[in-house]
Amino acid sequence: MIWNETKECMSRDEMTVLQSARLVKTVDRVYHNVPFYRKKMQQLGIEPGDIRGIEDLPKLPFTTKSDLRDNYPFGLFAVPRSEIVRIHASSGTTGKATVVGYTRRDLEIWSECVARALSMAGVTRDDVIQVAYGYGLFTGGLGAHGGAEKLGAMVVPMSTGNTKKLTTMMKDFGVTAIACTPSYLLHIAETLEEAGDIPNIKLKAAVCGAEPWTENMRKQIEQKLHINAHDIYGLSEVMGPGVACDCPFHKGLHVYEDHFLPEIIDPETLVPVNPGETGELVFTTITKEGLPLLRYRTRDLTSIDYEPCECGRTLARISRFKGRSDDMLIIRGVNVFPSQIEAALLEMGETTPHYMMVVDRVNNLDTLEVQVEVEERFFSDEIKELEKLTKKIATVIQHAIGLAVKVKLVEPKTIERSMGKAVHVIDNRKLD
Amino acid sequence: MFIKQLSVFIENREGRLEEVLDVLKQSDVNIVSLSLADTSDYGLLRLLVTKPEEGKKALVEKGFSAMITDVLGVKLGHRVGQLQELLEVICKSHINIEYMYALSTGTDDASIVIKTSELEKAAELLRETDVELISQEEIV
Repeated sequence: MIWNETKECMSRDEMTVLQSARLVKTVDRVYHNVPFYRKKMQQLGIEPGDIRGIEDLPKLPFTTKSDLRDNYPFGLFAVPRSEIVRIHASSGTTGKATVVGYTRRDLEIWSECVARALSMAGVTRDDVIQVAYGYGLFTGGLGAHGGAEKLGAMVVPMSTGNTKKLTTMMKDFGVTAIACTPSYLLHIAETLEEAGDIPNIKLKAAVCGAEPWTENMRKQIEQKLHINAHDIYGLSEVMGPGVACDCPFHKGLHVYEDHFLPEIIDPETLVPVNPGETGELVFTTITKEGLPLLRYRTRDLTSIDYEPCECGRTLARISRFKGRSDDMLIIRGVNVFPSQIEAALLEMGETTPHYMMVVDRVNNLDTLEVQVEVEERFFSDEIKELEKLTKKIATVIQHAIGLAVKVKLVEPKTIERSMGKAVHVIDNRKLD
Repeated sequence: MFIKQLSVFIENREGRLEEVLDVLKQSDVNIVSLSLADTSDYGLLRLLVTKPEEGKKALVEKGFSAMITDVLGVKLGHRVGQLQELLEVICKSHINIEYMYALSTGTDDASIVIKTSELEKAAELLRETDVELISQEEIV
């Protein structure tokens, strides 16, 4: 089912005209309301009048995650504080959070985009949907929730953490759809399987996102639960989940281009790549009021296909992600940068000890172990003291990244030293 | 008054303990007594050796975390209640025992190695009793 046929099935020409008009307005607004952008544009010697359509996009300055951090918390907002009705935040590369703000209209558009995604997965107002993303500062829970309500489905706001309760309600409420991370859904599937409960559920569709997954994982979920599983993409800086989603043909994720203008650039030269080539995905938001962003670098590597889809939609499709152009990891849906661990460990002494992050997936749930070398200054001949040290390191890291970690003390010089750029991550999750 | 104990951090994986012992053997350091405390991830090997400083140096050179800690060695008579009486003296003064293990001195007496929270005070308390403290020179 197509939620908004007018927008989702627009001809390319009409879309270009719409995008151009919205881009011009956005540029005008940020130039006049956001000092950061006015300064950047002045440095590049451009004025709002130089941007007449999407063909002028490459003239505009880029925005990065560190720009958001440098303007913490509200420096990039383009409306008076009184217009902002909601804040979300994600962890930044170093301690400081990345803060995003939404006006009432931003929230309406966000819900519209999520409603489109849920419709792609066949979810309608007759469905019962469990939202099992975390509710709170993370955009997942409330984002999916808003879209499901807009759709008119019956929403069960589960949040995360209690799988037993989730599966019980899934059976008792006759839940037909679920929104959560793909690894959590696999975990749920296994819990149901073990209890012999698969025949007792009515689930038919899942919309999964917030972490990378593979085609194999999708098939595994579909086979185990006898459902259709869809891939939803988003990032809080641009909006949250619902920037793009795949249709029943699963040939890439349709981008809601009437709100988010995509580009693919070469992450080294920053020049747009040739059509169809892989590069870094960049978004310009063209309807957002609270936090409009020009050419935001997502660091996600993908390619774009503008051919109309068999499903009838003309929205451009981005391919499954091929990795990232930075060292960010997504663990249980949480963005983690090795530099955060480093900063946390620095807090404990004058120098950073040698450390290694080991990411794994056990029973479909991500685990993070941080190995730290026991240097002379940490060493004690009492287990009690070493346990205290382990706990302290775990607490400091947990505060920094918002994820529980297991800290393992290892012998000095056992963590591999590399020439040049240090390797701090071993990711044992099979994502291919 | 105190004995120097050599403590080594070892990861809980095969071969590591043997490697520590090999380093000590190469350095001609003899082990008089030892205790191994283990957790799921790592172990702490506590050793009384003939040449603790040399042993530590050799281990650190080989990349191990090793340190020297002062502990008390106490000679006990072979009779029921001797250890309890000794601990009673220490505990009455609210001194905490961090760890303890048996020490073989090659004589007929039984001996123990003991590490407490206030080592100086514990040593003084023990000297007031009839037990005999073992000196570093006796560790051969």
